[in-house]
Amino acid sequence: MKVKDSARIDLESSWQPKILAFLCNWCSYAGADLAGTSRIQYPPNVRVIRVPCSGRVNPLFILKALQSGVDGVLVSGCHPGDCHYISGNYVGRRKSATLKRFLEYLGIEPGRVQFSWVSAAEGAKFSQVVKEVTEDVRKLGPIRRWTLQPQAQKP
Amino acid sequence: MMANAPSVGAWKSIGAESVQPFSPIRQGNPMIEQRIREKAKELLSRKDVDLVIGFGRGTLPLRATPLFARTPEEAEELIWNSFCAANLATYLHKLSRFKVGLVVKGCDSRSVVALLRERRFEPERLFLIGVPCQRMVDRRKVQRVAPGEILDAREQGDRIIVKGEDFEIHLKRDEFLYSSCQACLHRNPPKADWLASPPVEESALTEAFDEARLFEERPSEERWNFFIKETSRCIRCYACREACPMCYCSECFVDSSRPKWIGSGLDPSDLAFYHIVRAYHQTGRCAGCGACERACPMEIRLSYLTQKLNRDVKELFEFEAGLDPKDRPPLSTYEPDDWQEFIK
Repeated sequence: MKVKDSARIDLESSWQPKILAFLCNWCSYAGADLAGTSRIQYPPNVRVIRVPCSGRVNPLFILKALQSGVDGVLVSGCHPGDCHYISGNYVGRRKSATLKRFLEYLGIEPGRVQFSWVSAAEGAKFSQVVKEVTEDVRKLGPIRRWTLQPQAQKP
Repeated sequence: MMANAPSVGAWKSIGAESVQPFSPIRQGNPMIEQRIREKAKELLSRKDVDLVIGFGRGTLPLRATPLFARTPEEAEELIWNSFCAANLATYLHKLSRFKVGLVVKGCDSRSVVALLRERRFEPERLFLIGVPCQRMVDRRKVQRVAPGEILDAREQGDRIIVKGEDFEIHLKRDEFLYSSCQACLHRNPPKADWLASPPVEESALTEAFDEARLFEERPSEERWNFFIKETSRCIRCYACREACPMCYCSECFVDSSRPKWIGSGLDPSDLAFYHIVRAYHQTGRCAGCGACERACPMEIRLSYLTQKLNRDVKELFEFEAGLDPKDRPPLSTYEPDDWQEFIK
């Protein structure tokens, strides 16, 4: 028992948040690149997926990530008015707004899914955003598994 | 042509010998019923439409079944009562080759408007027989108070008379309505080519009952556990998807194999995934008819999901699905100054 318990504690204390970031090709990905070339430090917890536009991020991507056990998701795109495709980030913003509110309503904590505007010139902001998201998710702890809880109650 | 009520022989063959074929429900609203029939006959005999979709007598008490009338004689079978709860707009995209006369309540009409806005069919092919809705009766609520098997149910004024082998109970109709109907504010069809009765006054019967609001007040962990517990009962029959007029994708995300979004078993996480996405895909499109929840054989609560989405869409984009044929669906458009406080 003792060995098992201590192993579990070790596992818990070594837990690191796993964060998936969808970055738009034209702004946020270039922003992340700038952070790298400028040698700005940011937490290594983030895994980047490059997408053409923040409007390309299908809500299914975010949900699939959460279902698969990712602890947090960041979606980042060009600032309003700067979209390479004119209006992709505006359309994405409406999807994000409704999805975020819906997930929070279902009981997924607000910090799990986050959104940001990062331009190609904002390497420092990218690093700041990743730091904040990582800290938020670290505070929340590992994501709740999408399985039945024995103590589930009816409201 | 769809089959109507099975014959007595068919009852026997499904092992229900003891069940007597019940008498038809004729007390619903004879005047509206008559007017619907006459209009349907007129449309069919003038060949204005190829078929009229309305309600026919169900094979069980407390139920009405969709009826597809192609001749004036078949239109005689159309009925109208408080059990005509299904959203008939569901059938439209399967019948887009035909000219269709469709019997619509307020919510059905809103679905039709939303579908027209998504250009699912030509508006000229459609004749809407509008019926201002008297709010529909929830058969499950009635079944719960009945002491035994219900063999006959009829409406009389504001009462429902339910009969079984050794009981007869009289119920107050207004106490057995669907919760979505109790709070309904759009009983008159916003779009109809003809109305079967004068419009009704628009007001919610009970405003206090707001499922989404009650759910929202719970702590987040409890909400999540409730949601997972509810959806874990799902058997993936997809009745909710089939009953919904807005679910018309030729390939649903659950059927897609590349990418394979969702496993094929009954894993609770897949079930939760399905229900989140099914509901989310209704954002800005749902008329709140409650057809998904009524169709569910496992009685999984679903309306509180779309209720929340509808409320958010109204709050954020001042949009309600299916009310104005000129309004663009909110997720297909944008405003430069949309709400964005949540974005870093």
